Amino acid sequence: MAIDTAQGTTVRVNDFSIKLANVNGTGSASANSLLMQAIFRMGIPVSGKNLFPSNIQGLPTWYEIRVNKSGYTARALDYDLMVAMNSATYEEDINDVRSGGYVLYDSSWPLDDYLLRPDVTFLGVPLARMCIENFAAPRERILMKNIAYAGAVVALVGIDIGLVSDLLAETFVRNELLRESNQNALRLGYNFAMENFECPLPFRVEPMDATKDSILIDGNTAAALGCLYAGATVSGWYPITPATAVMDNFTRLCAQYRREPVENPEPGELPYKNNYLIIQAEDEIAAIGMVLGASWSGARAFTSTSGPGISLMNELLGLAYYTEIPAVLIDVQRTGPSTGMPTRTQQSDILLCAYASHGDTKHILLFPANPRECFEFAVQSFDIAERFQTPVFMLSDLDIGMNDWVVPELTWDDSYVPDRGRVLNDKDLEGMVEFFRYTDEDSEFVTPRTLPGSDSKGAYFIRGSGHDKFGRYTEDSNEYKEVVDRLKKKHASAATHVPAPIVERHAGATVGIITLGGCDLAVREAIDELAQQGVVADFMRVRGFPFVAEVRPFVEEHDYCFVVEQNRDAQLRSLISIETGVAIEKMRSVLAYGGFPLSARQVVDGVTNQLEN
Amino acid sequence: MTSITKPLIPLVSLPKNEIGLTIRDYEGAVSTLCAGCGHDSVTAAITHTFWELSTPPHTIAKLSGIGCSSKTPTYFVRGAHGFNSAHGRMVTIATGANAANRELTYIGISGDGDSLSIGIGHLAHAIRRNVNMIYIIENNGVYGLTKGQFSASADIGSRLKKGEPNAMAPIDPVLLGLSMGATFLARSFSGDKAQLVPILKAAAAHNGLALVDVISPCVTFNDHEGSTKSYRFMREHEVKEIETDFVPIRKEIHKSLDENDATEVTMHDGSVVRFRSVPAGYDPYDRQKVEEYIRERRSRGEIATGLLYVDESALDVHELNNTPEYALNTVPYEKLCPGSVELAKMMTSFR
Repeated sequence: MAIDTAQGTTVRVNDFSIKLANVNGTGSASANSLLMQAIFRMGIPVSGKNLFPSNIQGLPTWYEIRVNKSGYTARALDYDLMVAMNSATYEEDINDVRSGGYVLYDSSWPLDDYLLRPDVTFLGVPLARMCIENFAAPRERILMKNIAYAGAVVALVGIDIGLVSDLLAETFVRNELLRESNQNALRLGYNFAMENFECPLPFRVEPMDATKDSILIDGNTAAALGCLYAGATVSGWYPITPATAVMDNFTRLCAQYRREPVENPEPGELPYKNNYLIIQAEDEIAAIGMVLGASWSGARAFTSTSGPGISLMNELLGLAYYTEIPAVLIDVQRTGPSTGMPTRTQQSDILLCAYASHGDTKHILLFPANPRECFEFAVQSFDIAERFQTPVFMLSDLDIGMNDWVVPELTWDDSYVPDRGRVLNDKDLEGMVEFFRYTDEDSEFVTPRTLPGSDSKGAYFIRGSGHDKFGRYTEDSNEYKEVVDRLKKKHASAATHVPAPIVERHAGATVGIITLGGCDLAVREAIDELAQQGVVADFMRVRGFPFVAEVRPFVEEHDYCFVVEQNRDAQLRSLISIETGVAIEKMRSVLAYGGFPLSARQVVDGVTNQLEN
Repeated sequence: MTSITKPLIPLVSLPKNEIGLTIRDYEGAVSTLCAGCGHDSVTAAITHTFWELSTPPHTIAKLSGIGCSSKTPTYFVRGAHGFNSAHGRMVTIATGANAANRELTYIGISGDGDSLSIGIGHLAHAIRRNVNMIYIIENNGVYGLTKGQFSASADIGSRLKKGEPNAMAPIDPVLLGLSMGATFLARSFSGDKAQLVPILKAAAAHNGLALVDVISPCVTFNDHEGSTKSYRFMREHEVKEIETDFVPIRKEIHKSLDENDATEVTMHDGSVVRFRSVPAGYDPYDRQKVEEYIRERRSRGEIATGLLYVDESALDVHELNNTPEYALNTVPYEKLCPGSVELAKMMTSFR
């Protein structure tokens, strides 16, 4: 929607991006998400990416808001407006603005001449001075600066100030003092911009109706909701960025929805009992051990972690695989190896999780692309884990897990019945001559299990050491192989139970692009851009491992097939080649592994560069 | 482990417990440990304990890690549910199982390598959480399955079979437990079933983690001259001043006990533990005095055995987390899922 104004400048409506450069620990995050939330409430597709350091206070941090009427809300790399609030990063931030863009800065102090760019408009707002004049407490003067610049941005891009004001009122509903300070600060920035600049700028928002049935939610909250709805009762976990909020949210949700009232409590007794038990473990080894113990006992149990935690869990994951115990792991991936960059995103645990633990193992993986899928896949993870009696990994990542996304609202089908898998109760046992743990396989190579506490007829001995199909210790080659061969077939059977790939074909396509997880939006946008350049590409987003039969022909059908993923070593490409048998040369890689969310430009460049060669 | 099983039909009629089972019903497969292994005596004591307590076999969950000791759950209560896990990780699995189903009796068998080296972190934290279970360390000061390396419980100066003396300080699980806030600490000797069985019964009645350190000589790698975990050393250095009797709930206290000398401790379930021949001033409730007593004995080269410390007032993992009395794995799904209407309501907070 380009409009020619009287002055002859082109106006872009609902199609621009803002980058906000801050110092972490100063309260900027809430001001930034306030802007994003207000745009969402105006009905416009929007995203907010928090690019933050692994630090509590004092280091540079950025927040990017992308507004796009067509729903292309992957990370943009062109910034129309830079809100430069960190003098330590002025130079790089000012360089980041596109030619013809704007820089909003705190003009309480002058900008050094060398920072000025002739092709950029500088908008000085004396934020520090205004806050010193209007607020007394030192902490307030710092905090309110954020709301004041937000107020200026509201004026500059035409956000409905009434909406922002409402949001502040909701946030500080219980704190009148803070509510007033925030409202004042908002007006200070807003009024200054209205009086001193030509508001709104030639890029701006206008109300739309595109987010009516949508919500703004992060993947970690959505995953926690999934675990709540799946009926998980036990979890073991160890704090780790970026996964901690999964369990924080699960704990909060359980406290709200899982308390059983106690009638006439004794003096000193709480008036409720918790229908859940969440244990903060001493390490990730213990966390997964607790999950296995609880799952063995028939509870739905899970852990949430990130790459370093998966590394530690490897030992017991092999035990779970070999002894056939369900487990759900939510891996919110971050940048590795080792400690890596804990607050940066990556998709680099694919192979680690696919083959976790020593010996021949294969696991089931689910790849959500956004918070809505985090919710849905979390529920499915429990069904699949119990049906196949094995660990299931849901591979989210920092971008999905910790950023707010606009997604269709979550819904629930009350007719859902959990798939608890093949579990024999005492009545089933009564009708049997004898029970052996790894016999009587079904068409998907799953054998029935019993739970501890069931009749002694169903008692057996779980062992991670070599065992035969009767569950007995063995060192006999054939007896050993019989069991592990069945496990391989069981894993393959899960292909039709994991979420099916999303495939979109376009007439005349010669190029195929395969991707996974949070690359989804950037790749879709790239496919549209490529089409404009005359490159027609088909799209496949795999959503689970083991792969369905459809994956291999998709690769083979295209002259050029690209695999877009966020790791250095092309892990998805390797996995597809290893597991489907398709030649690895049939696939080229487009890789983004610097730790930031993917943008369409990286995909377009990656594809076109290779097509030219 | 081979699968040689004893004939289940006894040649003579054996006495039955309250639920009509004989001692044979509490046995397991034949041990494949070395002849004379102390662990087999512990197995026998466990078998007796559960038979005497009339615990229904299917309500027992027996878990272990890796090592000689960890093989033993196969050798007792065949009708119990067993889990031979990974080295040092037994108690993490037991914690999760207990979290899901608090109604079973959990017994974990571990060794000094399993619990005091690779798994010491898990043991420490399980003690802090006070997971309701019997936790037995079959302690022989040596790694048997890998042929005789020192473990972390080896005493200074104790010699390996090959002759090298140990120079590092030993880890004493009882002292460790005292500092971690353990609520039940006992030590015994595998060669003394008369002491071990009442201790195990008290451990079963305890509400919380009952840590039982059983010195259990390794006949193959640690039973020679110069070893401090040999049968001979234990017979010469054990100080059994703190004798205990266990009196199950609702049973009359045996008259022959010298009641003047006894200290009684009422367990959570109402049963009673009686400490006999208690040294003057010994108070099993006083963490500090217990520690002093153990250290003082140790400085004289003596090993104090018996039920050394108990605290029945502490809360276990479930009480600490305010869970219901019933097992969490029995809560019907309908109670766990808030449903579509609640989700729709929740959605308004994400706008």
